[in-house]
Amino acid sequence: MDWGQLWEIISAPDNVPIVALLFLIPFFTWYGFRQALANDRLIDRLTKDPELAKTHHRKVEPYREGWAQKLYVWPYLLRVEFLTAIIVTGILMVWSITLNAPLEEPANPNLTMNPAKAPWYFLGLQEMLVYFDPWIAGVVMPTLILVGLMIIPYVDCNPLGNGYYTFRQRKFAILTFCFGFMVLWLSMVFIGTFIRGPGWMWFWPGETWDHHRLVFETNRDLHELFGITTQPWSGLVGASAVGLYFVIFGWLTHKLFVWNKFNRKIYQQMTLVQYLTLQSFLLIMWALPVKMFLRLVFRIKNVMVTPWFNI
Amino acid sequence: MNDDAKSKREESKSGEQSSAGPSSLIDRLKEALNPFIAKGMQDLKAAKDYKRTQLWKSIFRHKLDETPRSRALAVLTNVFLHVQPAKVNRDAIRFGFTWGMGGITLYLFIVLTITGVFLMFYYHPTKGQAYQDIMYLHNDVPFGGLLRNMHRWGAHLMIITVWLHMFRVFLTGSYKTPREFNWTVGVICLVLTLLLSFTGYLLPDDQLGFWAVTVGTNMARATPLLGHEGPFGAQLGMTAFNDVRFALLGGSIVDANALLRAYIWHCIAIPLILTIFLTVHFWRVRKDGSISGPAPVMLESEMKFPRK
Repeated sequence: MDWGQLWEIISAPDNVPIVALLFLIPFFTWYGFRQALANDRLIDRLTKDPELAKTHHRKVEPYREGWAQKLYVWPYLLRVEFLTAIIVTGILMVWSITLNAPLEEPANPNLTMNPAKAPWYFLGLQEMLVYFDPWIAGVVMPTLILVGLMIIPYVDCNPLGNGYYTFRQRKFAILTFCFGFMVLWLSMVFIGTFIRGPGWMWFWPGETWDHHRLVFETNRDLHELFGITTQPWSGLVGASAVGLYFVIFGWLTHKLFVWNKFNRKIYQQMTLVQYLTLQSFLLIMWALPVKMFLRLVFRIKNVMVTPWFNI
Repeated sequence: MNDDAKSKREESKSGEQSSAGPSSLIDRLKEALNPFIAKGMQDLKAAKDYKRTQLWKSIFRHKLDETPRSRALAVLTNVFLHVQPAKVNRDAIRFGFTWGMGGITLYLFIVLTITGVFLMFYYHPTKGQAYQDIMYLHNDVPFGGLLRNMHRWGAHLMIITVWLHMFRVFLTGSYKTPREFNWTVGVICLVLTLLLSFTGYLLPDDQLGFWAVTVGTNMARATPLLGHEGPFGAQLGMTAFNDVRFALLGGSIVDANALLRAYIWHCIAIPLILTIFLTVHFWRVRKDGSISGPAPVMLESEMKFPRK
C-alpha cells in the first residue's frame, strides 16, 4: 500500500472537487430518496383510504389548518437566499485561502504529461476512449448525452411525480437517470481521476504509479474470433453483431419497460415516435456497459470494422 | 433658538445703532446670514423625517413597513428582486426541496464574473506573457492569489452545483408539463457552464491546461464528416488544416492562436451566450408557474394524460 501515492492523488488541488463529490453525491441521493420514500408512504396511505385522500393536504411537510399556503418573498425567502450567499462566500473564501489553485510548469509541447488528463468533469469521456474510438467517445456520445438529456421531458409520459419527490410512481425514470448519472457518468469520472495512471493504465488506489509498466494484452476484433479477416465479410459480421445487439437489447428493454401494469398504462399513452426515440437513446446508453463488458471479459477491441470507421 | 441667543442678538443690534466700526460690519454680516441659518434649521428638521424627502421618495417608491402591500412592493419594484414573485409556496422555502442549488449556481456565476473581471486587469492572452501574469498574480499582486483561487474553486463548485441542481430537478419531476422547455434550456446552460470551465483551463498556459486542452481538442479530430480523422472526414477533403479542430484552435496545434481563442470564448462569447440563456431560464421559471413544488402528491387513480 503506497499511502504517499494515494495522498498525492487525493490531495491534488484539482481533485478536491471530486473528493467532495464522493461525499456530496451520496448525501444528496440519500436526502432526496428520504423525502421520496416519505411521500411514497403518504401515497400508500391515501391510496388505501380514498376518504382521507379527499380531505388530506397531501404533503409531508409540517402543516397546520389555517396556515397561509404562500409566504412573502420579502423577507422569508430573501433572508434564506442572503444567508446562503454568505455561507457560500465563506466556504469559497476558506477554500481559496487554504488551498492554492494548481500551476504547473509553463506549457511545453515537447514534454508530454503522463498521464495527460482532461479537466475532471470530462474524465468520463476520456475514460470512454478506452472502450470506443474517439469519434464515438469524444463526439457522438457527448452529443447524444446532451440531446438525450434534452428530450427527457418529451419522452417521459408519466404524469405522476410532478413537483414532489417520489420513487414508487416513477421507478423506471429514476432508476434510468441514476444509472446514467451515477453508474455511467460519475463512476467513470472517479475511475479517470483516482484509478488511471501513466499510460492511462489501471492502478488500484494505493498502488504505486509505475511509469515503466508494460501490459501484455492482445485485443482482437470480433470477426477474428470467427476466423474471418477479409472485407467485406468481416464488416458484415460486425454489422450483423450490431444489428443483433439492437434486436436483443431492444426486446429486453421493451420487456423491462412493460414490466408492470402501471408501466403498460404509460406505454399505451406513448406515440410511436416517442417510444422509438426513447428506445434508441436507451440502447445507445446500454451499449457503453456492454462494450465495456466485451472488452474486459473477452478482450474484444472492435465489434464492427469497416474501412471508414470502427464500432 | 433659545432665549440666550436671542438676547445676544438684540444686544448686538443695539450696539450697531450707537456706534459704527469693525464690529458693526460683523453684525451686518450676521444679519445677512440669518435667513440662511433659519432655512438650514428647517432642512435639518426635515431631515429628521427623511422618509418624506423628495430624494428618499424618488429612490424608494414605497414604505418599508411590515404590511403585506409593502412586502409585495419591495420585491416588485426592485429590478434585481423582481425576477422572483411576491409570494412563494411556503414549503418551497425549506432547504429540503430545492437544496438551493439553482440559486447557488447563479450566485457563483456572479462571483466568477466579478473575480474574472479583476483577473482580466492583470492578464495578457499571449504566449510567454500569460504564464508570467499568473506568477505575478500569485506572488506580487495584493490578494492576487486569493482572487485566482476564488475564480478556480468557484468554477469547480459551480459545476458541482449545476449537476446537483439537475439531479434535484429530475428527482422532483420538475421537468414535467409545463416546464419541459425550461429543462431543455437548462441542459444548454449546463453545456455552456462546462465549456466556460474548459476554455478557462488553458488560460494559465501551464502544462496542466496545455495537455488537458490538447487531449480535449484531439477528440475533435475524430468528428464524423468534419474532422480529418473522423468517419468520412478524409473522403470529404478534411485535413489537419481545415477541419473543425483547426477552427477551434486557430491552428493545427495548441499555440498562441488557441490561447487567444480560448480567451475570447472564455471572457466574452460564452458568458454573453450563457447570460442570454440564463435570462430565458429564469423568465421561464416564472412564466411556467414559478417553482414546481412541493406539490400535493397525486394518486394513480387521478392520473390524467395530456392531449398530444
